[in-house]
Amino acid sequence: MATPKKKSASKSAKSIDFAAAPINQQLSKEEKIDLYRTIIGIRRFEERSLRAYNQGKIGGFLHLYIGQEAVATGIVSLMEKDDHIITAYRDHGHALAVGMSMNECMAEMYGKYTGCSKGKGGSMHFFAPDKNYWGGHGIVAGQTPLGAGLAFALKYKGLKGCALAFLGDGAVNQGSFMETLNLASLWNIPVIFVIENNGYSMGTSLKRSSAEENLAHRADGFDMEWEVCNGHDVYEVREVANRAMKRAREESKPFLLEIRTYRYRGHSVADANHEKYRTKEEIEEYKRTKDPVNVIRQKLIDEGVMTEAEAKKIDQEKKDEAEASAKFAEESPYAPRSEIQTDVYSEVDNDTEGKLKGTYFFND
Amino acid sequence: MALITYREAIKQALDEEIQRDENVCIMGEEVAQYNGAYKVTEGLWAKHGDKRVIDTPISEAAFSGLAIGASALGVRPVIEMMFMSFSYVAIDQLFNNASFCRYMSGGLMNIPIVVRGPANGGTNVGATHSHTPENMVANHPGLKVVCPSNAYDAKGLMKAAIRDDDPVFVMENTLLYGEKWEVPEEEYIVELGVANVLKEGEDMTIVSHGRCAMLSLQAAKTLEEKHGISVEVVDLRSIRPLDEETILNSVKKTGRVLLVEENKPYCGVDAQISHIIQLKAFDYLDGPIHRVSSIDAPQIYAKPLEDWQIPNEERIIEGALKTMA
Repeated sequence: MATPKKKSASKSAKSIDFAAAPINQQLSKEEKIDLYRTIIGIRRFEERSLRAYNQGKIGGFLHLYIGQEAVATGIVSLMEKDDHIITAYRDHGHALAVGMSMNECMAEMYGKYTGCSKGKGGSMHFFAPDKNYWGGHGIVAGQTPLGAGLAFALKYKGLKGCALAFLGDGAVNQGSFMETLNLASLWNIPVIFVIENNGYSMGTSLKRSSAEENLAHRADGFDMEWEVCNGHDVYEVREVANRAMKRAREESKPFLLEIRTYRYRGHSVADANHEKYRTKEEIEEYKRTKDPVNVIRQKLIDEGVMTEAEAKKIDQEKKDEAEASAKFAEESPYAPRSEIQTDVYSEVDNDTEGKLKGTYFFND
Repeated sequence: MALITYREAIKQALDEEIQRDENVCIMGEEVAQYNGAYKVTEGLWAKHGDKRVIDTPISEAAFSGLAIGASALGVRPVIEMMFMSFSYVAIDQLFNNASFCRYMSGGLMNIPIVVRGPANGGTNVGATHSHTPENMVANHPGLKVVCPSNAYDAKGLMKAAIRDDDPVFVMENTLLYGEKWEVPEEEYIVELGVANVLKEGEDMTIVSHGRCAMLSLQAAKTLEEKHGISVEVVDLRSIRPLDEETILNSVKKTGRVLLVEENKPYCGVDAQISHIIQLKAFDYLDGPIHRVSSIDAPQIYAKPLEDWQIPNEERIIEGALKTMA
């Protein structure tokens, strides 16, 4: 049984050199640069998507991950063959981190046929089962029992892996999440719930939405282990998440990991009030001291892993890749109208011999 | 042929499918150690153990969502709703995730789950435990729904549902659990999307599903004996997919139609059936299409009133006579 750990996340960050942790020590130079490449890639991709959104090229909502990039990057970098991942609607970072291409992601946001879901899902619904990535889900906390289900399947099939179910701090107050915590602990399912606590559930601060602001403490109510860490330093994320993931794989136990992070933009781009429910100074302070892109870049330069020039070159490559993805999306076609009624039923899509009986679709 | 109950038929289907495919498991409230709230799963836990027959806490949203996630990786869970009414607390899981994940992933994700449990009124338990949500399920492309009216169909449809690669709801009926029908000893499947003509007739067609199909069959016999009206009874069995052809062939033969279901009338299944008939067999109709549905109010508790609220033989006969007028 976990004992509540009251030490603040920031204090622990100062006292521990996470770069020295074995899980980070074992990284090759190229692997370290890859972490930076992924983080800066997410940043540049989303900046480009924001431009597209403001130009009216992207419809619906656009929930930007900017400021939180080190969380998905760090955790995904630890994934093994039988580890699976699922998240909510702020899903671009996780998608790119698992290796989805900027082209398929940007095209999906444009609603194009070349998108990862053929333009049927949009920004909130990216999927790549071939990369163990199960979305991209639009309803707050709705993905959390699915994450437990992925872990249940691993256990059922006797596979040594874990499932990573990401959620935001707003999702912790949904009933489905609390039900799922109980089920996961009761059944010893190897799932890690990762609360990306950016401090705001849309425009409502943590203080105004959660009676117990230490969200990880909720695990105690379900006899589940938990830990809190910072999300701006990819080394710290890796060190803490690695322990949870190892334990899940080896002991088939769930874990609640609360990662303190920050989003620079509004809840979605449509959230015009985001500088009213928090101060500009608060945002600037985080950017100045904890920006995940700057933090990893500086660390790698200080470590002598890469030079300033190399960092700039990678940055430029990612800018170019993002720009190219927008061009790709722009030039891609929409799906033909006949695609509206495909991918609804697996049995219909795969009924190559026309054996199915009855009517499946009811248009006149 | 063995004479077995509807309950036993479902149990046999579950038992056989659990044995056939190691990925099939059943989970729900009281399904294992308690042997099922309605004893549908009686003996399965003792026979197949903890891995395959799983008791859940009272958390419909969590175990529905868990089943969906597990199915993505190849497990084929059958989840029991003690009452289909309880699926309402899992609506986001069932009506957003189970129904739409395949679509929103551009066909990359499959959800081979079965959601089963009783969906009926007439049991004197009030409005919260008496829902018949087959119309609601059918309104969600991506979901399938069947309503077996007898033991033979219950077993055959359940097996088809479990082997189906899409999410299928199987709407059972507590009032049928103890009723007996003849069921073959050898294995069989009842395909989704195939209606059953329960009785042939010449003067009018009754289209129905679930327990109402059995009531309609009874009423048809009375109509024939007492009123000299020859009634054809079509049991839909499957709501989505729907066997339009069998409905339309019958309507074209008789020219008169009565639709009978336990749903409330507004946007019930029969509203759609009625539309299809007028669109595709308009010229064959000799009069307006009539309906007998549950009386349009929340389910009443008082037994004699509830027995009148849901379709019964008397109301079906009344409806049939109107249809013939």
